[in-house]
Amino acid sequence: MNKQEKEQYLRDYGTLKSQGKPFFPYAVAKDGAMAIVVMAVIIAMAIVLGAELGPKADPTSTTYTPRPEWYFFFLFELLKVIKPPALVPLATIGVPTICLILLFLLPFYDRGPERRPERRPIATTAGIFVVCAIGYLTYLGAAAGPPTEIDIPIPANISSQGPEAVTNFKAGSAVVAQSGCAACHQFGENGNSGPGPALTNIGARLPAQAIQRTLINPSAPMPSFSALSEESPEQFAQMVGFLAALK
Amino acid sequence: MPKLKLPAPPSNPLTSPKRPGKEYGPSGPLGHAEEAGVTAVDWIDERTSLSGGLRWGMFRKVPKGTNWFYTLGSSTMFAFLSQAVTGVFLAMYYDPSATRAYASIQYINNEVFLGEFVHGMHRWGSSVMVILIFLHMGRTFFFGAYKYPRELNWVIGVALLVMTMTMSFSGYLLPFDQRSYWATIVGVNINGTGPLVGPYLSEFLRAGPYFGATTLSRFYAIHMLMVPGAIAALMGFHLYLVAKLGTTAPPWVKAEAPEKLREDKVTVDQ
Repeated sequence: MNKQEKEQYLRDYGTLKSQGKPFFPYAVAKDGAMAIVVMAVIIAMAIVLGAELGPKADPTSTTYTPRPEWYFFFLFELLKVIKPPALVPLATIGVPTICLILLFLLPFYDRGPERRPERRPIATTAGIFVVCAIGYLTYLGAAAGPPTEIDIPIPANISSQGPEAVTNFKAGSAVVAQSGCAACHQFGENGNSGPGPALTNIGARLPAQAIQRTLINPSAPMPSFSALSEESPEQFAQMVGFLAALK
Repeated sequence: MPKLKLPAPPSNPLTSPKRPGKEYGPSGPLGHAEEAGVTAVDWIDERTSLSGGLRWGMFRKVPKGTNWFYTLGSSTMFAFLSQAVTGVFLAMYYDPSATRAYASIQYINNEVFLGEFVHGMHRWGSSVMVILIFLHMGRTFFFGAYKYPRELNWVIGVALLVMTMTMSFSGYLLPFDQRSYWATIVGVNINGTGPLVGPYLSEFLRAGPYFGATTLSRFYAIHMLMVPGAIAALMGFHLYLVAKLGTTAPPWVKAEAPEKLREDKVTVDQ
């Protein structure tokens, strides 16, 4: 906006303002009515949905699903869109940071005098696109089931080693499933395809020792399983054995 | 000799003159109550001069065409106030230590009078506030209300959005159940992947290299002291700028000068 456009805007705004009504009581009445609606909605949600408490936090537990509150779903799902591990930091922090900077600086790069949405095609399209993207990602996050089940056929080399190996493999599969690994990793047709790499063939790429090291000392954002390895070494060994058998 | 009438004696100079419009001073208990109220307000105003600011804020005009979309900002503020009030009541019973936090929430839910209700209001109120702040931002964006002269208010608004999300994130850990614990661990780890400040930020959040006993009290302090204080201060500045600059009119409302000021249109025939 140049100086002339600014003055024009202030002049028009002054006219509109002088033809308006006083804030009190006209706008206050509308705000008050809306406040009552908001209060009613909050009270109704509190009564209907309650505030149930899950089981107590247990750092050594293996049965959890790390799911954020629903309004962080779109950030969480964004992590899954970008797959190569080298680009994960870009997804976790890069994209949100850039979006936030763009949001902060909006009035400084969009300086045109036009305010009607239908005459600002770029801004309106971008706005609708962002709304749809956030809505879609939130839906994806909400639709993703609790990733606590992994159903993988027993590999031939395991079943050939006898019933004990099969039992261990199944136990390891259960530990991995209950630990919520499938929230971020893919196992065959189970689990989400990101942000973590697919583990369908992890045993072919990494030896058991390397898998164990990664579980205890992972790269962010994966949680460490060092607590599990200390509290329940047997389960931890089953977990490592299961992952190493995935070839 | 005829006597001249004596002039009436002057009225007692010690009694104050009557208020204009009131011929007989306060009458009855209602009148006295009114008089007392006026005196108290006058007393405060004489010492603070608040009435000018109040009149400036309350009786400013909102432009023609203002509609229900313009209530989204104030209802976001109202949701924040609801969060503040219910949060104070929860803080009376909550214990931010890793060993007792879960039990104290159980106590709130099961023992305290209306405890689960207030807890539920706080929990779902956060969702309502997040929805409202996004709707408010959407209205501002699509109406082009962030343009001159309201750029600074947009920047403050985005800061308020970030702080609202910070509130949601830090509050999620406090019940200390499985869901909140593990979601927070992943969230903090995600912070740690950020460029430059990332590792420092997640170490600050965890209060150390690992998730420990002090992490919960740190989240509690962030959730109930640091961020709400900043939100309240910024909200005050946001509101001041709204009152100072005025709310925008909907972009499709045309400004037309009143009839008597309009110049006659002159058409020139060739």
